[in-house]
Amino acid sequence: MIEFIADKYNFWIAIVLMMIGFYAIIAKHNLVKKVIGLNIFQTSVFLFYISISKVDGGTAPIIWHPEGHAKVVYDNPLPHVLILTAIVVSVSVTAVALGIIVKLYQNYGSIEDDEIKTIELNEPELDSK
Amino acid sequence: MKDDVILRTITKFMLPFIQIFAFYTLAHGEISPGGGFQAGVIFGASFILIALVFGKKEARSKMPRGVNDILLSTGDLIYAFTGLSCIFAGGHFLEYGELPFHSAKEGNHIGMIIIELGVAITVAAVMMTIFFDIAGKDDD
Amino acid sequence: MIAVDFLLLLFLVIIAVAAISAKDVLSSIMLLGSYSLVIAMEWVLLNAVDVAFTEAAVGAGISTILMIAALTRLPRFEKEMTEQKHFFGFCNRLELIALGTVIVTGALLISGTWDMPAFGDPNSPANSYLSPEYVARSYPETGSHNIVTAILASYRGYDTLGETTVVFTAAICLILLIRSYRNNER
Repeated sequence: MIEFIADKYNFWIAIVLMMIGFYAIIAKHNLVKKVIGLNIFQTSVFLFYISISKVDGGTAPIIWHPEGHAKVVYDNPLPHVLILTAIVVSVSVTAVALGIIVKLYQNYGSIEDDEIKTIELNEPELDSK
Repeated sequence: MKDDVILRTITKFMLPFIQIFAFYTLAHGEISPGGGFQAGVIFGASFILIALVFGKKEARSKMPRGVNDILLSTGDLIYAFTGLSCIFAGGHFLEYGELPFHSAKEGNHIGMIIIELGVAITVAAVMMTIFFDIAGKDDD
Repeated sequence: MIAVDFLLLLFLVIIAVAAISAKDVLSSIMLLGSYSLVIAMEWVLLNAVDVAFTEAAVGAGISTILMIAALTRLPRFEKEMTEQKHFFGFCNRLELIALGTVIVTGALLISGTWDMPAFGDPNSPANSYLSPEYVARSYPETGSHNIVTAILASYRGYDTLGETTVVFTAAICLILLIRSYRNNER
């Protein structure tokens, strides 16, 4: 039983983090809070990938001694590469989302999505600024 | 934060080290953790630090908007033209081994360094653009 | 080792819950920054040093600063929910729907982990199919000591080119969205 938990708990915690981020995306009205939830969601996916890449007894995928490196066990470097690019993309996503939120606040005067919905329903022809 | 003497002095003292660390990260990307993305982010962060401590005007005088916009596309173009020059050298797109150096290994090595430089330039310029455009007030 | 790993992950969950439930958006952003720092530590433990470096620079540094910079233009406090609370004053309808969706999704995913290979299994499909080739061939072929950099820049060069273009496109989007040329300051 203990062994089973030790084998799987990294994946479980990644899923729990995903649930927290997903909850924030659905239930929070504040748009900045939704972006924070999106960040947590993304990070949970990264954690899942990096957990898959771990190899027992492996070391970081950097070759120190090129002569005998066939004998050394390395961690799987491929998920590291995918996540490296994904982190930089995630900051771009955050930046574009924040830009859109700033623009929304300039136009509607609110960053709560239910208030924006009310304003939009009351004034159907809201001209853009 | 413009009036804080300690903050301004420490920032002036630290800035060269931050930027040299960015170049170190770029140059040592092959033999230690690091590479184009990290170097670009650190280099962009040094300009963001200038903007936070000395104000946006001062940072813009160090990195004018026109230069920033040109750098933004330069890095991506360096990357793409490295790929294209591999085609002209007789290989596939981004096949650095075909570049005209002594061996395929050396071609790979130099091609990787060039495209890491391109990635670093783009990422640094993008980080600066994002910060300067999102931060609205002149000093915060 | 496993105890440190487990404690860091538990700490991560606590910080995430705190970041979601704080009413002050500024404190929520600061909690997100510390979350990034803790997950960078977790990645050093899992031997993903390049990813840890990037996360510490991007997630804990730039991302936090960007959010604070955006918050200078936005209201700082979250509005109180006006909707009436059902279910013993515990949660309103939207929160109940969200909770239900999230729990169902999480339960399905957790039941999927029963078939996953164990944590650190060297013979799992992800670790045995393609990666040994990369590990064995990257140094003789590219001369790069860092296998991650070799794959990133050489073997998956298309991937990185597209990714650089994505970052570039994000900057162009922001320029189009919120840059103003009002004062002719160019």
